[in-house]
Amino acid sequence: MAGMANVLGLIFANMHEQTLPELTKARAMASVPFGSKYRLIDFPLSSMVNSGITQVGIITKQNYYSLMNHLGMGSEWDLARKTGGLHILPPYGREGSGMYRGRMEALSGALEFIQESNTEYVVMADSNVIANMDIKPIIDFHDKNGADITCVYGRGVYTAERAAVQTVLCVNEDNTVYDVLARPAMSGEMNVALNIYVMRRRFLEDIIRESLCRSLYSFETDILQHKLHDYKIMGYKYEGYFEIIDSMKTYYKATMDIKNRDICREVFSLKKPIYTKVRDVAPAKYGIDCSVKDSLIADGCIIEGTVENSVLFRGVKVGKGAVIKNSIVMQGAVIEEKASFIDAIADKEVTITKNRAITGTIDYPVYITKGAVV
Amino acid sequence: MNHIKKECVAMLLAGGQGSRLYALTQDMAKPAVPYGGKYRIIDFPLSNCVNSGIDTVGVLTQYQPMVLNEYIGNGQPWGLNRAHGGVHVLPPYETASGKSWYSGTANAIYQNISFVDRYNPEYVVILSGDHIYKMNYGKMVDFHKQTEADATIAVLEVPWEEASRFGIMSANADGSIYEFAEKPKEPKSNLASMGIYVFTWSKLRKYLIDNENDTDATKDFGKNIIPSMLDNKEKMMAYHFDGYWKDVGTIDSLWEANMDVLDPKVPLDLLDDSWKIYSRNPVMPPHYAGASSRIENSMIAEGCEINGMIDFSVLFAGVTVEEGAIVRDSIIMPNSVIKKGAVIEYAIVGEDCVIGEGAHIGERPELIEDKSQWGVAVIGHHVNVSDKAVAPPKAMISKDI
Repeated sequence: MAGMANVLGLIFANMHEQTLPELTKARAMASVPFGSKYRLIDFPLSSMVNSGITQVGIITKQNYYSLMNHLGMGSEWDLARKTGGLHILPPYGREGSGMYRGRMEALSGALEFIQESNTEYVVMADSNVIANMDIKPIIDFHDKNGADITCVYGRGVYTAERAAVQTVLCVNEDNTVYDVLARPAMSGEMNVALNIYVMRRRFLEDIIRESLCRSLYSFETDILQHKLHDYKIMGYKYEGYFEIIDSMKTYYKATMDIKNRDICREVFSLKKPIYTKVRDVAPAKYGIDCSVKDSLIADGCIIEGTVENSVLFRGVKVGKGAVIKNSIVMQGAVIEEKASFIDAIADKEVTITKNRAITGTIDYPVYITKGAVV
Repeated sequence: MNHIKKECVAMLLAGGQGSRLYALTQDMAKPAVPYGGKYRIIDFPLSNCVNSGIDTVGVLTQYQPMVLNEYIGNGQPWGLNRAHGGVHVLPPYETASGKSWYSGTANAIYQNISFVDRYNPEYVVILSGDHIYKMNYGKMVDFHKQTEADATIAVLEVPWEEASRFGIMSANADGSIYEFAEKPKEPKSNLASMGIYVFTWSKLRKYLIDNENDTDATKDFGKNIIPSMLDNKEKMMAYHFDGYWKDVGTIDSLWEANMDVLDPKVPLDLLDDSWKIYSRNPVMPPHYAGASSRIENSMIAEGCEINGMIDFSVLFAGVTVEEGAIVRDSIIMPNSVIKKGAVIEYAIVGEDCVIGEGAHIGERPELIEDKSQWGVAVIGHHVNVSDKAVAPPKAMISKDI
């Protein structure tokens, strides 16, 4: 059995940004606000911490100011440690490393950090999956099977449109992966990679060095696909709740999912909490004649209007007579008196002025960009 | 160890029992009592210190210190985890000559003279953990410096009819204090001491030692230190404060102070970014207002799950209110559960309580003919109230019913 302090966590902060262009315009995927007070990175990072991992590197590429601001010294995740703890790894961190094209190149920029961690195992994750995952059974699975690479996957029904941005795994009954499909345009029930991979640290270092000298940069293509028969690649099926954020539509769906009490209790378990940056705002205030139903409300909100089937981030103001329905309203946004905001997503610090009406559709919610005054 | 000099050190008296809060302070000191949806009383003086630029704070604990110790921890939530200074919890200790509890407010500081000396400060701010207010101690220290005072006492004008409940200062037009009376029957002034003092440390140090050597003294600031400094004609100044300040030493005042956060007319803005009140935040998801919830005029903290009706109430983190339950004019402290159909009116429910289905806690004053029988009902921390049980107004419940 592996001690979890012997596992290094690596999180890719910028992967999959092309699937969420609006929300990642001014921020990294990892710092996309989610679920009323969180950022996407809180999920993989808290999963790692709750699993007992004490060393985590965050591999960044661009737009990482808001992420650094969010993570600070890592104390909210109990990762402000004398040894190990949280490290942000920007590009150009080493001589010869630069703007990377793929996962393997990104890892080569972090090679020194990986070596110095001196751990037995490495778990890599991206920032586009909402789940509260125990990593320990995955390490145990990897160890027991003597795998070179363990890929975590979830099973679900996907449209061709969604599958076209995923890695799909074909897994035998003995859990070995026998085929890896990159971005297949197929639909139906399938095993979708959650982009969480476990390897022995030395094995990872070897494939990083080899890829570097052969100018190979993609983990999915150059390793998983091309080395499928050289390495022992295993699939670990994750049975808990998960949602892959791969479009505005799935971002919206996952947000509405966590309003569900059972999903909320699983993802935000009190025993394995999801940590996030503390902002020290007072609890939410409800005024006279307000009505709030089936909604998640963060601290600092001041509500004097109607809110239904919605998720409000911290410090949102809802004026008298204003109506918010089926919507996501991010931090510091103001929906003024008698304005309505229906089937829509407001980024941070948006203002919907008095009497204005914004209406999208549930399938394609309207998105209002950060700081806009409508 | 080489200590870097600090101009000003704060000493926060947090050892008081707060016996008039009864069940609520049975297992925690008064400064640890929850307030305002996510705070504990001590967050106010601690945040005031940090916002005033005071980064070295000694917290003197004695009565039931466990909750307080754990809460303060390394001071990180207040930014007081500092390499030099920061927050230090100072319990009474044993010395070569014996052991002694803190026998009074002055004695508590006396026993920690060596702690203050390590920072070699010019000034010491003495605070208590009993009040809700926002105050810039830095300005008060500036006033103390400008007036070249030996002691500066923060004062608040109180209604004349209430003056006899306080320590009352009589001051000249220039602010210099010429008389002090502790809870006088016939007050000569309505300037009440807020229990906030700035002393020039070298002066206070001398008075603390003299007071300690006086076997008749009760070792108290209000009873000994202030009167003897006045007797000796030390320069003592009154520093006027006119903001919101509330003593939360009784059940009624704790209830009122919580209701104040709901009143837009009360000048205590907890959402003011320029003077944040910091606290140790619970790690909980946002609160959920369910399809059958009806919430108005209330403050709801994170982690709550509301399916009942809430009006004019303050709910702390992690409170569950089930369908058909009604909470009105009440305060529900962290992690308590209000089961289906229970009714809570004019009540304070402590931490981790379970109020059973159909139970009835407290009563509306208009339904009670004999007003002397009416008062806020209190359920202490960790109490289970069984289904359909009734706790009348003024009840003080500290064991399961």
